[in-house]
Amino acid sequence: MLALLSWWTAVVVCIAQTTTTDADSLLEGQRVGEVTVVGRQTFREVIPSQTLKGKDLERLSTHNVADALRYFSGIQLKDYGGVGGVKTVDVRSMGSNHLGIYYDGVQLGNAQNGQIDLAQFSLDNMEEVTLYNGQKSSIGQSASDFGNASSIYLRTRVPFFPDGERERWRTRVKYGSSDMLRASVLWERRLSDRLVMSANGEVLTASGKYKFRYHRTAQDGTTAWDTTATRQNGDIHAERVELNLHGRLDEGSWSVKAYLYNSERGIPGAIVNNVWKRGERQADLNTFGQAHWHKNLTELLSTRWTAKYAFYDTHYTNRDETTLPVDNRYLQKELYVSTANVMDLVKDRWSVALSYDFRWNHLNSDIFRFTPPTRLSNLVAFATAANLPHVKLQGSLLASIIHDKVQGGKFKGQTHWTPALFVNVYPWQNRVLSVRAFVKRSFRMPTFNDLYYTDLGNASLRPETAMQWDLGVVLDKRFTTGWLRNVKLQADGYINRVNDKIIAYPKGQQFRWTMLNLGKVDIKGVDVEAEATLEPVHDWLITARVQYTYQDARDVTDERDAYYRDQIPYIPWHSGSAILGLHHRQWDFNYSFIYAGERYNAQENTPYNHMQPWYTSDLSLMYGFSVGKTLWRLTLEVNNVFDQNYDVIANYPMPGRNFGVSAELRF
Amino acid sequence: MLSLSFLLYSCRKDEGVLPSTRTDTEVDRQDSEEYDGMYVLCEGNMGSNKCTLDYLDFATATYHQNIYAERNPEVVMELGDVGNDIKIYGSRMWMVINCSNKVEVVDARSVRRIGQVDIPNCRFVTFADGFAYVSSYVGRSISRYDVLGSVYKVDTLSLEVVGKVDVGYQPEEMAIVGGKLYVANSGGYRGKVVGEYDRTISVIDLSTFSVTGTIDVAPNLLRLRCDRYNQLWVTSRGEYENGIPSRAYVLAERGGKMQVVETIDRPVSDLAFRGDSVYFYGATLNGEGNPSKFNYGILHTKTHQLVTDHFIQDGRDADIKTPYGIVVAPLSGDIYVMDATNYTSSGRLFRFDKKGNFKSVTWTGDIPGHAVLLKRKAKSEK
Repeated sequence: MLALLSWWTAVVVCIAQTTTTDADSLLEGQRVGEVTVVGRQTFREVIPSQTLKGKDLERLSTHNVADALRYFSGIQLKDYGGVGGVKTVDVRSMGSNHLGIYYDGVQLGNAQNGQIDLAQFSLDNMEEVTLYNGQKSSIGQSASDFGNASSIYLRTRVPFFPDGERERWRTRVKYGSSDMLRASVLWERRLSDRLVMSANGEVLTASGKYKFRYHRTAQDGTTAWDTTATRQNGDIHAERVELNLHGRLDEGSWSVKAYLYNSERGIPGAIVNNVWKRGERQADLNTFGQAHWHKNLTELLSTRWTAKYAFYDTHYTNRDETTLPVDNRYLQKELYVSTANVMDLVKDRWSVALSYDFRWNHLNSDIFRFTPPTRLSNLVAFATAANLPHVKLQGSLLASIIHDKVQGGKFKGQTHWTPALFVNVYPWQNRVLSVRAFVKRSFRMPTFNDLYYTDLGNASLRPETAMQWDLGVVLDKRFTTGWLRNVKLQADGYINRVNDKIIAYPKGQQFRWTMLNLGKVDIKGVDVEAEATLEPVHDWLITARVQYTYQDARDVTDERDAYYRDQIPYIPWHSGSAILGLHHRQWDFNYSFIYAGERYNAQENTPYNHMQPWYTSDLSLMYGFSVGKTLWRLTLEVNNVFDQNYDVIANYPMPGRNFGVSAELRF
Repeated sequence: MLSLSFLLYSCRKDEGVLPSTRTDTEVDRQDSEEYDGMYVLCEGNMGSNKCTLDYLDFATATYHQNIYAERNPEVVMELGDVGNDIKIYGSRMWMVINCSNKVEVVDARSVRRIGQVDIPNCRFVTFADGFAYVSSYVGRSISRYDVLGSVYKVDTLSLEVVGKVDVGYQPEEMAIVGGKLYVANSGGYRGKVVGEYDRTISVIDLSTFSVTGTIDVAPNLLRLRCDRYNQLWVTSRGEYENGIPSRAYVLAERGGKMQVVETIDRPVSDLAFRGDSVYFYGATLNGEGNPSKFNYGILHTKTHQLVTDHFIQDGRDADIKTPYGIVVAPLSGDIYVMDATNYTSSGRLFRFDKKGNFKSVTWTGDIPGHAVLLKRKAKSEK
């Protein structure tokens, strides 16, 4: 590994050496020390994003990252229900494999199946959740940041000691429906003027039991059947520990993180006729360590280095007596190193960037006839950004050189070029109105399961590609006087085309399925978002946020298919959300509403596959107070207030009305 | 905001029991001297709970899709998850619903529910002398991956399980000859987890309901049918991993012992008898193990020789994407081929005349794979 690193360093030093701070480190700079690093114009983001942060996140009474993402436009959440149920997201109908998820600046990987279960990421220590369509359009970023069709950035809290304090504690306890108990401790300490640390631990347990109801009416309107049962085998226990060090340098910063997540859970499974309980279990041990170093080398040149090592151990068992026993382990390892370098060619006006990433992935398993696959990814990105009086521009070109092999075989390589262009125009000097557009080509590699899974994999798969066109406007106005504080409105229209979609296809009776590049999807959509902050009466603050998504995503694979030009599964035409917050002195009240319109659970848009719209209303009430030097906050929440019985995924019932109480103590 | 949400509440309708749909198959209304129609059991994908029952009415040439829920609106969560077999015994129809761990028993004519028999991981059913025999993947557990299959004996009137006997690994189809029940063991699961498929037929003496022997045939057996000469036709899916191809075998009694008398040197996925003809189809695999071509042929029951390797005329067999079951009407000789298409959307039912000329095609539920003919009501019946 050392040899690899030094080789890699040599390569990077030869090709690199370029500039600047980016938005992330700017923030860190502001927070870590008292000295504020002045951000430069050219590497700021060209296209704004959707963000939920700080207090807004806390008020939503969400449990995990997936719950929070429901409030973003363009996102569809696949939720299998309950505290331990798998939750993945799909942005603009392109499929969850096209989405990159970044945890404190480094992409989370799952080379096995490409799915990141967002339910495993707690909001406990989360400072900010941001969604970027296309890519985060700031150029001083790793090459992998240029590679996804869209990306979500999760940023945890960085300790901040403004008043010469040395230490801070925060502890939270929450109890809720399904016997859920969640407790966490955060300890932050300043070690020196230039060094802070934080330690964060969290424990979660739940029985996962909740009542659900299915019912049908007969043609004459009477009840045909109506059944209520308790969700079984959804129990979970999980522990998370995270350690962080944040250091400040002259004109730079560094950080180190260690992360450990351990869990054991039941997989509740589909509710079908005569089956109310299943025996699948899964244990996960996910660990990773990552480090980051950033420095402005000169006025015009900055560099940033990142490294990560991850190890994931998944243990899947099936003890259901009606099926045959399964007991398998999957071990994934990942090594990642990256450098990003930015140079200003014209100060604050024009900059160029060069990034290089190396990633090594390995999967092993004890399943029968498994041949462990290895993947080497070398990514090189060139990007440039210009900042003109009325126009911001950014262009990038990413070369992905990927080599795969299975044990005993030889590496086979492939190279893909993916360009992107982002433009943002400010017609007026005050920048209240901006018009933006982007066009981007991206691809996703077939996962190890797609390629090599025993009996099912197909080693000759090509990557799945996505082409995106987007055009949007933003209206953003702040007021210094009057009851209206702030108004923001953004709307985007987009057209996406997914080619060579990787789908499971029947092989004939013998093995039943294989993976093929056999799908084309045409997607047209509109995302609209509006936000406003009002203060109608002194000390009464109202925040409102409304989001609506329209998606038309059609399967255009083959005219002869029964589902040709039908809406693809689980994409509603209409969906949206609304958040209304009311803040008065120590009180915070929050109402949030989520709507997903009618959709289909299979390729064919027939009545058999039709799914009802669903919509839930969640309420939370918070009260904060201080006792001596301690700060307290109590929260009461009611979710799914109207007790709607709904499925997000067919036959996976969601919880009805549920409650939670929590207390937080800081000192 | 609250008012908005109340407004939206009206968007959500009460979910009704879905009525069946009708399609005119546009075929001349004939045939039905002996049979009134044919039930088609569509498997539906695992976990989807979309197993549906369709019915082709011969007299009107109308195809009715999804009739179970309509006839039994009170049954919670409809017919179930993954239908694997359908047979009629007397006036009752038995449907083996694999992933719902039950056998559903209905009146064969009205399709009204009579009851169910809970049998875990049930696969196929066959009948003799007032008893139903149901193969199940769940039997005695020997060790971690070694779980034997079993055959349940069920009283066809009371629907009570009256006996259970362990057989080989993952038993599939069964047939009865001379008071003996022959069970094809696949070892399908076991082959995937430890690489050892089962290769045997278990023989059960029905008078004692105990296993009296096994017959070694070939790996991964599936179909097991008895022809009019009491010969057993059994199919093997082979072992692709080890280069053992899919084949069919004929067994007959020689010297008081059932044994393999012929190897059919071609892949056979499913078969149906009419007179001395064995209609079958099978897949030819390419180098990657994917079917490159499906063959539709006829074998002779007596000589076991190939009569033709393409009974479908005018190349219409190319329209069938994924053949998943075959039925031949005894009197008219009409050939029905079920097409599972891509397994995740509607299937199709192809109908050819006895010469193999295309007659019609109609959409079915998801994954049609099993069918049974409904005998015409005798004049004396009401």
